[in-house]
Parts: sequence; C-alpha cells; structure tokens
Amino acid sequence: MAENHHDAREATMVGRRTDGTLVRRPLSPHLQVYDMLQMTSATSIMHRITGSAWSVGLAFFVWWIVALASGPAAYANVQWFMGSFIGVILLFGLTAVVWYHTLAGVRHLYWDAGYGYDIPTTYRTGWAAIIGTGVLTVLTWIVAVIAWAS
Amino acid sequence: MATFTLPKNSTIGTGQTYKAEADATNVRSFKIYRWDPDTGDNPRMDTYEIDLDKCGPMVLDALIKIKNEVDTTLTFRRSCREGICGSCSMNIDGLNTLACLKPIEDVLGEIRINPLPHMPVVKDLVPDLSQIYAQLTSIQPWLKADTAPPPDSERLQSKEERAKLDGLWECILCFCCTTACPSYWWNGDRYLGPAVLLQAYRWIADSRDEYTGERLDQLQDPFRLYRCHTIMNCARTCPKGLNPAEAIGHIKTLLVERDR
Repeated sequence: MAENHHDAREATMVGRRTDGTLVRRPLSPHLQVYDMLQMTSATSIMHRITGSAWSVGLAFFVWWIVALASGPAAYANVQWFMGSFIGVILLFGLTAVVWYHTLAGVRHLYWDAGYGYDIPTTYRTGWAAIIGTGVLTVLTWIVAVIAWAS
Repeated sequence: MATFTLPKNSTIGTGQTYKAEADATNVRSFKIYRWDPDTGDNPRMDTYEIDLDKCGPMVLDALIKIKNEVDTTLTFRRSCREGICGSCSMNIDGLNTLACLKPIEDVLGEIRINPLPHMPVVKDLVPDLSQIYAQLTSIQPWLKADTAPPPDSERLQSKEERAKLDGLWECILCFCCTTACPSYWWNGDRYLGPAVLLQAYRWIADSRDEYTGERLDQLQDPFRLYRCHTIMNCARTCPKGLNPAEAIGHIKTLLVERDR
C-alpha cells in the first residue's frame, strides 16, 4: 500500500515512537510469505490468468476469421502460422486455458448456487478442474488430429 | 489498485541469530519478524534456536520461552493459550493460525513466523486491527429488534432456528481469515472481509433479529460484500474450522432471492 490518501487504511499506517514522534509503520508481508500455492488461492489465481489468456487467444481467433473473409492468400498465411511449431504450442496452450477456465467456471457456478463450500469438497472440485483440464485437452487434440487426418 | 510488492520501508532484512545452548540436542530454528518503531530500521527476521526438549509443544510455548529466556523485547499478543481468545493469531509457516493451537511438530524445518498479512505493524508480531474493528462496528453486531421481548421470558427460538447459528457464533474474531484473503489485501479499505461478513450473516440468520432487510440493504454493495470472489483462503485457514465463504454465499443467495 503506497501512500494513498484515498485509502481509509492510510490512517493506521502511522504510529508513534516511545518519545511521541510519528513513525511510518511497515506493511506486514502478504504475497511474500503466504502459501499462495495451496488449492484455494492457486485455483483462483489460475482462473484469473486463464481468463486473461482466453481474451488474448480470442484475438488469434479474430485474426483467423478476418483472414478467412479476406481471401485465400491471407488464409494461407494464418494456416501456415497455426501449423508451425509455435502455432501448435499456442493452440495446445489455448485449449488447456479454455478447458481450465470453463471447468473452474462451473466450480464457481456450483459455489454460487450454494454448494461445495466445505474444504474437503473444495479440494476435490479443485483437483477435478486441474485433472479434468489435462484429460479434456488431450482428448480434444486426439479428436482434432483424427478429424484432420481423415 | 493492488500493489503486489512491499513498500520500501517494509522490505525485510536479515537480523540476528540467537544460538541454542551448546548441550542442546533437539534444536529447531524459529525465524521471527521483528520491527521496532523506536529505531528507524526496516523490519528484519531474527533467528532463535530453541531446544524443543526444554519447550512446550505449541508455537506459542516457543514464543513465550523466547520472551522469558532469550529476548525480552520480542512482542506478541497472547492470553488464553487454548484457542478461545483469538489474541495470538499470526502467520506461521505461510498460513494464518493461532500460535497456541499450532503444534511445533506440524511444521517441517525452520518455523517462519510473521504478523497477520497486509496489515500495519505496531511492533514485531502485533498488527493494528483498528480498520477491521471499525468495519465490525459498521455491521452492528448485536440483536436489533423493535418489538419488546415477552415480559416474563427471553426471546425464544425453535431448535431449528437456533441450529442456523451453529458455525457462526463460534467465531473468536482472531481475523486469521480476513488477513488471509487476497481480496481483502487489495480492497480492505472498502471490502468488509470474511470475518466481518460472517458476523453480518450471524445476525441476518438470527430468527430474533428484526433488521434483516436493513442488514441486507447495507451489504448490497459492489465492495462491502461483492469483493468476495470465493477464493476460499478464509475457510482453509480458520483455526476454529468455520466457513466464512459459505456464510458470504448465503448472504449473496438471500440478496438474489430478495430481488427476484
């Protein structure tokens, strides 16, 4: 919390020394010490990151659609990129991103409907989202490769 | 706006090491956050080597041993030493909990002890909780009713009505949950945080309270209530096994049902 006079907490950032003079108090460490990789915060952070990545990924989708409308030459460019090593890695990553955000999104809907708040269930649904992402990403690519080959 | 790094005056340096006695056989290191307002220095981590054969089983036992026998300047809050007063809440080994309920043997390797996260530090392990207390006051955590109680008895509840308060009344206001919540770290000036919202729900759920509508009105706000993004760190860290996230979920449900 930098000096921010719109933040009500600013008032408590100033204390007094034994001799009565004012002293600026430190802010106790947070991300620096907290176990953020526990299931609860880790799945939440991943949900945010994959949500952002999905938005960026949509730009590639738009590029592809625009190229489709622009004609064979432009479309061939996109096809070349998507078929390149970097393109395939990117598409594979985006598949995982979309599956994770979807599964974690369902988990959030489940909570919002009033279920699954206890910690054992939270851990089970968290693992389900993570393992489900791996399984569904691979399955998606198996289906895609079979469809592409036939 | 969230700031992920610590301010310049809050970065943590390396402090002193207090060695165990030479004949100690069962030594564990306690790395403890220190900040003294009377020096102009940044916070530091002091290391205390403690012989566990001469120490009680809980982290609080070690802290008291250090204060009594090694370094009397070490400052922390404690009172009941049995998990009911909520004073000795702090961050131990990366999770918020009560030092009196945390067995030393549950931690592998050195034991890192910090004040409750993202709070102004008064001294060492003592955070300034005034903001959270003010927020608790704002939700008016007491029975509000216009109807007079029966002249010859208490305000009665059925067993079912009373059961709705289980998992809520047990909160000891240690604020482990509130200071474990990243949403509270970034928006604690306006977001009430899990502990205060659990208290809010404790009165919303009380069949004897007659101000449910007003209480819900107050919480229908993008910041006070809806900065909760169901991260669930609160329920994970609560030393009393309560579930603030679920209580917040119930408030959200009531707001949706009310406006339908």
